[in-house]
Amino acid sequence: MLLALGATTIVVVALLWEIVVPRVEEAFARRRARRAVVPPSTPGYDPGRERRAEQRARELLRSCVNAEEWSMYRDLGFIRVWGTQAEGPELRSSTRGAPYAYLVYPHKPVVAYLPQTGRLLSEYCVEFPDETRPYGSARLPDSDDVLAKWMGLTGDERRLIASANMHLPGRQVDPKKVRRDLWRLRQWERERERIESRRDEQGGTVPAP
Amino acid sequence: MKPGHGEVLLAEGDVEVTEEERALVEEFRRQLDLGMWAAVPLEDRTGRREAQIAKSFEDVPRDADRVIFFPRAAGGAR
Repeated sequence: MLLALGATTIVVVALLWEIVVPRVEEAFARRRARRAVVPPSTPGYDPGRERRAEQRARELLRSCVNAEEWSMYRDLGFIRVWGTQAEGPELRSSTRGAPYAYLVYPHKPVVAYLPQTGRLLSEYCVEFPDETRPYGSARLPDSDDVLAKWMGLTGDERRLIASANMHLPGRQVDPKKVRRDLWRLRQWERERERIESRRDEQGGTVPAP
Repeated sequence: MKPGHGEVLLAEGDVEVTEEERALVEEFRRQLDLGMWAAVPLEDRTGRREAQIAKSFEDVPRDADRVIFFPRAAGGAR
């Protein structure tokens, strides 16, 4: 009887040991991690650097693009750039000569669309990586990314589009968001037209909304 | 444009001064050798602004205020 009880106790203790020991070790590891002295963050890292870089990038963008495009970016967060190729963004585009345009977002694909119908044509995924640092390259500030796309599209649309990876709409940018942005753009343009017409009627200046 | 830094002044000078023009040409070539694209922001007679991509220093208008170098475009997320 005692022998059986002893054997059972040993088995129970062994099983409990298997269950309890890992948990105890984990608890000790957590405690050690909590108490460990954390070294200061990367030496030389300046947390304000990216903010200042973005501020400079915004000034540069503003100095390069049209006043309307700058206002669009400031108010809506993207820029519309009209396409200039007769056959559309690509050689086999199905635009049939209709005017088309691109929505340029920071660090998102360029979205081509038909303004008359709102039909989304395609997404062009394009980046501007630092080739001198192929591994762990930092990104351009948001406004520099927009400016680089703007310069690429207005300076050599064909080359920029050829450099990009083309996808159907919806691959990275939610089509609902794009349609909402197109609606916001129309509202924004109507508001600007309304202000312009009021200004013309009054022959003076009208405060911005 | 430098990733992580934004705008950085690389060189400045007057193209009418031979020494300064030479320095500008050298910097222009160095940037292109690093794989950068060069663009000159322009404004036409109607006030419309656009960029002109410069593939050589000769493509830069003599009266250009500045040339902006930016990393060469590459296809993004596949």
